[in-house]
Amino acid sequence: MRAERNPLLIGLAVVVVAVALAFLLSNYHLFQLTMVVAYAIAILGLDMLTGYTGQISLGHGAFYAVGAYVAAILMANFNVPYWATLPVSAVVCAGFGFAFGFPALRLGGLYLALATFALAIAVPQLLKYKLLEDWTGGVQGIVISKPDAPFGLPLNQDQWLYLFTLAVGVVLFVLARNLLGGRIGRAMRAVRDHGVAAEAMGIDIALLKTRSFALSAMYTGIAGALGAIAVQFVAPDSFAVFLSITLFVGLVVGGITSLSGAVFGAIFIVFLPNFADQISKAAPGAIYGVILIAFLYLAPKGFAGLLRRLVGPRAPHLAAPASSTPAAPPRPARAKN
Amino acid sequence: MQALLHQIFSGIATGGIYASVALALVMIYQATHHVNFAQGEMATFSTYIALTLINYGLSYWLAFLITLVVSFIIGLIIERVLMRPMASAPVLSSVGVFIGLLLIFNSVTGWLFSYTVKAFPSPFPEAMPALGGWVSPHEAGATAVTLIVLLLVYGFFRFTRLGLAMRAAAYNPVSARLVGIRVGWMLALGWGLAAAIGAIAGMMIAPIVFLDPNMMAGILLYAFAGALLGGIDNPLGAVIGGFAVGVIENIAGAYLVGAELKLTLALVIILGVLVLKPAGLLGRAVVSRV
Repeated sequence: MRAERNPLLIGLAVVVVAVALAFLLSNYHLFQLTMVVAYAIAILGLDMLTGYTGQISLGHGAFYAVGAYVAAILMANFNVPYWATLPVSAVVCAGFGFAFGFPALRLGGLYLALATFALAIAVPQLLKYKLLEDWTGGVQGIVISKPDAPFGLPLNQDQWLYLFTLAVGVVLFVLARNLLGGRIGRAMRAVRDHGVAAEAMGIDIALLKTRSFALSAMYTGIAGALGAIAVQFVAPDSFAVFLSITLFVGLVVGGITSLSGAVFGAIFIVFLPNFADQISKAAPGAIYGVILIAFLYLAPKGFAGLLRRLVGPRAPHLAAPASSTPAAPPRPARAKN
Repeated sequence: MQALLHQIFSGIATGGIYASVALALVMIYQATHHVNFAQGEMATFSTYIALTLINYGLSYWLAFLITLVVSFIIGLIIERVLMRPMASAPVLSSVGVFIGLLLIFNSVTGWLFSYTVKAFPSPFPEAMPALGGWVSPHEAGATAVTLIVLLLVYGFFRFTRLGLAMRAAAYNPVSARLVGIRVGWMLALGWGLAAAIGAIAGMMIAPIVFLDPNMMAGILLYAFAGALLGGIDNPLGAVIGGFAVGVIENIAGAYLVGAELKLTLALVIILGVLVLKPAGLLGRAVVSRV
């Protein structure tokens, strides 16, 4: 019985362990795990765009910020319950993603990276903008309160929030697995690997790309909302360009075009700063940078790819075929015939 | 009117600095089709080196020269060690390496030189120049330095054998190699030059915006906007684009959107150019065959 070859069994085992952890760990560690789940969802969203569809985004922090702010504004100004903010964040972010997807259609590879990088740098300024201050709270940000467990469940706030976030995460991962493993996922990879061939197969590239942008932004936005509820606070400077870069680092280090990679990446970006902070305030950035570059040279498929190589030759069926280069948009020079 | 002229002149002064960073970006883009996301951080690092030298008691211009040499060497080393294996890698990998470099330079700068905001000296006298008070002495001096640099770079590429070889290596590496040009070294030289030009830009902007490890993030954004506006494969276009973005930024900041949204303005310029005229004002439209 090679359990490691069966993704479903592994997934179930991970969920069981994750639920059990809710009753074993301290509140602070549960908070960290909640952030792991939130970041895993965000990185999964980024992966859908950058990994599967081949459109590099360095600005996903912007969608994370929008999701977080929508949740915080709804909770603080309109007394919406926390769980009801998620669908709203999802819809708003999907709308933003769809809108940003249109100019992005005309930008290949590098230029999209540039435009999204610009977006990431501009986000804090936009959040501080005076006309929005009534809603966003300006530089001060918004403080929100942590939800209690419902139905009189014997759980404290951190346990409940962790389990709630975990449940949302599991649902989103299962949906993503089905989507990416099916027709649409194949279409996304086809567009990434060879746009012209994909178009000849009857794929509407423009529609597919804008939709993946919307979907990707939606996932990252939900993650932002979950993150905001867990942190209980949003402020413009928590969504600086560093957030977008962190998500990108998590994606590459965890493993691109891989569902488990998103989880590994999230674990990496949540726990690394804890260790690195003990060395110096500047250390997390430098270590991120060094590890990022090291992975790009030594293990371009990230931690998930390393693990796959160690565990066995057969790749789980969701992984991209080994022959395709990691998420490179097709180069004209590499034409197939 | 007086106020508008003042805005235009200080726009030209900051525009000159954007123009030099844009030029550095374009030089690397032309040769390797990479956009150096770490250009700003590298420039900041160089500026800190200059400040350290000045604090040791060196004269400004000596420190300036040493900084240029050190930056040139850093650029050279980065190309030879890090970028060489990435020459034909997918876009994602090269972007990833640049982001890694950005993180490393940013943290190392903060680590070595602390995160506190520092003043940076200006080499130009405080006395009012003859321009009727529209520009500060530093702005006038910085513009002059920028123009001299741009002329030198132009002269270098136009009139020297080495410049010609570098252009050949960027334009057609295969043929250049066939006529005996060491293409790899030309790319490394280009990186070194770009790093040195970035260092000049850093030293010129630091007295205006003050020095801290994140100083160049916004400037890099304007430089991107300038390079794209002028055409990312055209050095002259990048320079004109840089000046134009400086003026647009200052005028719009004063009369249109206010200082809080200046960075967003750069985003709008970038998106606008990419959507409406992706080749930029002076760039060549690239038709890719599949």
